[in-house]
Amino acid sequence: MTMHTLSVLVENKPGVLARVSGLFSRRGFNIDSLAVGETENPDVSRITIVVNAESSPLEQVTKQLNKLVNVLKIVELDPQVSVARELLLVKVRADRSARTQVLETVNLFRARVVDVAPDTLTIEATGTPDKLDALLRDLEPFGIKEMVQSGLVAIGRGSRSITAGPSLRAA
Amino acid sequence: MTRPTPETLAHTARRARAATEPAADAARTPATPAVPAVRTPAPAQVSGAGSLVRSLEALGVDVVFGIPGGAILPAYDPLYDSSVRHILVRHEQGAGHAATGYAQATGKVGVCMATSGPGATNLVTPIADAYMDSVAMVAITGQVARPSIGTDAFQEADIQGITLPITKHNFLVQSPEEIPQVLAEAFHLASSGRPGPVLVDIPKDVLQASTTFTWPPTLDLPGYRPTLHPHGKQIREAARLMAAARRPVLYVGGGVLKAGATDGLRRLAEETGIPVVTTLMALGAFPDSHPQHLGMPGMHGTVAAVYGLQKADLIVALGARFDDRVTGKLDSFAPDATVVHADIDPAEIGKNRHADVPIVGDARHVIDELIAAVTAERSAGHSTDLGDWWTQLDDLRNRYPLGYDEPADGTLSPQYVIKRLGEIVGPDGIFVAGVGQHQMWASQFISYEKPHTWLNSGGLGTMGYAVPAAMGAKVGRPDTVVWAVDGDGCFQMTNQELATCALEGIPVKIAVINNGNLGMVRQWQTLFYNERYSNTDLGTHKHRIPDFVKLAEALGCVGLRCENADDVDKTIAAAMEINDAPVVIDFVVGKDAMVWPMVAAGTSNDEIMFARGVRPAFDEDDI
Repeated sequence: MTMHTLSVLVENKPGVLARVSGLFSRRGFNIDSLAVGETENPDVSRITIVVNAESSPLEQVTKQLNKLVNVLKIVELDPQVSVARELLLVKVRADRSARTQVLETVNLFRARVVDVAPDTLTIEATGTPDKLDALLRDLEPFGIKEMVQSGLVAIGRGSRSITAGPSLRAA
Repeated sequence: MTRPTPETLAHTARRARAATEPAADAARTPATPAVPAVRTPAPAQVSGAGSLVRSLEALGVDVVFGIPGGAILPAYDPLYDSSVRHILVRHEQGAGHAATGYAQATGKVGVCMATSGPGATNLVTPIADAYMDSVAMVAITGQVARPSIGTDAFQEADIQGITLPITKHNFLVQSPEEIPQVLAEAFHLASSGRPGPVLVDIPKDVLQASTTFTWPPTLDLPGYRPTLHPHGKQIREAARLMAAARRPVLYVGGGVLKAGATDGLRRLAEETGIPVVTTLMALGAFPDSHPQHLGMPGMHGTVAAVYGLQKADLIVALGARFDDRVTGKLDSFAPDATVVHADIDPAEIGKNRHADVPIVGDARHVIDELIAAVTAERSAGHSTDLGDWWTQLDDLRNRYPLGYDEPADGTLSPQYVIKRLGEIVGPDGIFVAGVGQHQMWASQFISYEKPHTWLNSGGLGTMGYAVPAAMGAKVGRPDTVVWAVDGDGCFQMTNQELATCALEGIPVKIAVINNGNLGMVRQWQTLFYNERYSNTDLGTHKHRIPDFVKLAEALGCVGLRCENADDVDKTIAAAMEINDAPVVIDFVVGKDAMVWPMVAAGTSNDEIMFARGVRPAFDEDDI
């Protein structure tokens, strides 16, 4: 099994996310991460899905996704030639004695402190899933009180871009 | 109130070709697909409901099967004055299957209508059925008013959510202005590409609001571009393999019927001399009497068809989907075959069996282009002698023809009844089956010579399909004799629609193959559960409850009964004489007859049983 990152361009209409996510569970796939947002074209949303699957069943699910009327385009992003990021917000126990050490870790990972309380720091970090895992590993000993992570978003490197295609641009 | 009589609806059925024609244009200009409009009315101030009914008229709908109720009620007011005939069914499931039967018999889009909540959920089974068998159907449901959505209002059900996995697409209409466009999109989606059911859910306040109806609307389906024309390189590769194969088989599925490609299929088969098998969904796509026809493959297929696929060195699949009932245990299916798989749905290709030559396209275009490419191969001197292959297949056909034993207990043989029915009615009649033993016998012992003469629930296996689907078929083709071949179990699920048939002047004929049991389940209990007949005796023999003759009469039909072989012909002849009312014949048949040949579920096609305990002898040296 390998991780695959799919960029799915869809019409920005109600219920489209349910159609896409429902199809994954119906065909027996687990979504590892999912992120949705508007694109440069407000009529188009982009869903980034990370899925753990063999390539042959993945091809089947991609074909099934392509059959959804609201799906405009699907591209699998090659990790070698794309940039992928997640966002992490984590509330770490950091009283006076630990605060300096926590801040040191924050700086090492080029993360940022976004909220301060007498005994906690809330840290924002973006990066690849690997980097965020490493950050969490280093913060673990201080005590993680709460954390939240976004789904992965990814974009291809270079000047070529993924767009919804001529039919939608013309509209 | 004036309403068209069945006679005024008489028309020459437009076949699936007509339904796929607009799609060809759509593929060339995806931004603005052609609206399948047949009438162009002037703009008018109407209610949302008025807009709905005018849209249906503009789309050329001549009949809708449905039942009114609270949320859909506004639509029934303009429908009262419309040229669209509404057939008031007795259960929404009947409306759904009737729409399917209508679509399968005519090649047009079948339309059903129901109210919100229970009306809509009663459509779920026929929608799922249409989805599995790729039937062009549009289901229109009322929904509670927009402000009530999500409040668990009276008769509220999220039918859009419920039908997500069983529709090709569905819509929840948000404003009255969208109605013409949504309806036009629904009909386009249902009938083009790989056909399928489309649901349109319309809130009651949207139906009541006032709006301007304008036609034709512009379709906006940027993500929908079915590929109709196959890739030339793939066609040439397929033709090259067909010219070189020594044991080829054309594996024909329902897609060939839906594409209106049956004439082409015959030319392709005759040009190449390649044996043909037609699946349960494709019976009638290639004449059963044709010498190149090996029969139906699969669980209850002929030995020759099952063996033909199993030992083939090349399988050319046309509009078929390698269903488990055809392949048996997938790992051991046709181990030596190279596979050419042509389908309009790219997701079918390689789904179950790897395709060596994938071809995405409409079966009509695929077959036409294959004929040209195969002819080119032959004129270049590339062809093989299929004589040895035919010798093997003919030998199997002769040794293992479809047949049955007369019941030892002297009871009426169900196979005999069905065989005689086919012979007496002839190749122009339409046969509609339920699901179970009678369905398999009807597929085996009736000869299908023409397309769209065999309707059944193949993929979903919906018991209760036959009576309402026969009703829909008869409405669509009123000049054709329509027989439902039903089981006593199936018949008890949906026979209430005979009241609809009686009142609406839809003279269908029903042959109930009454063996008193859920016959196919009983067969499995005989074979796999040590003859422990748990809950399969329906009591229709033992207690004659219900009495199908009395039931038929109570439903406004003519009821006949036949209990021995001598009476079969004259009872069928008597039914054929009656054209002013539906007829039900209660054929009381033996309960022990079984469907053979059989590939038991989960086993390999190599394990096909010709009869109980009888394995065909395949000469391994020949292979």
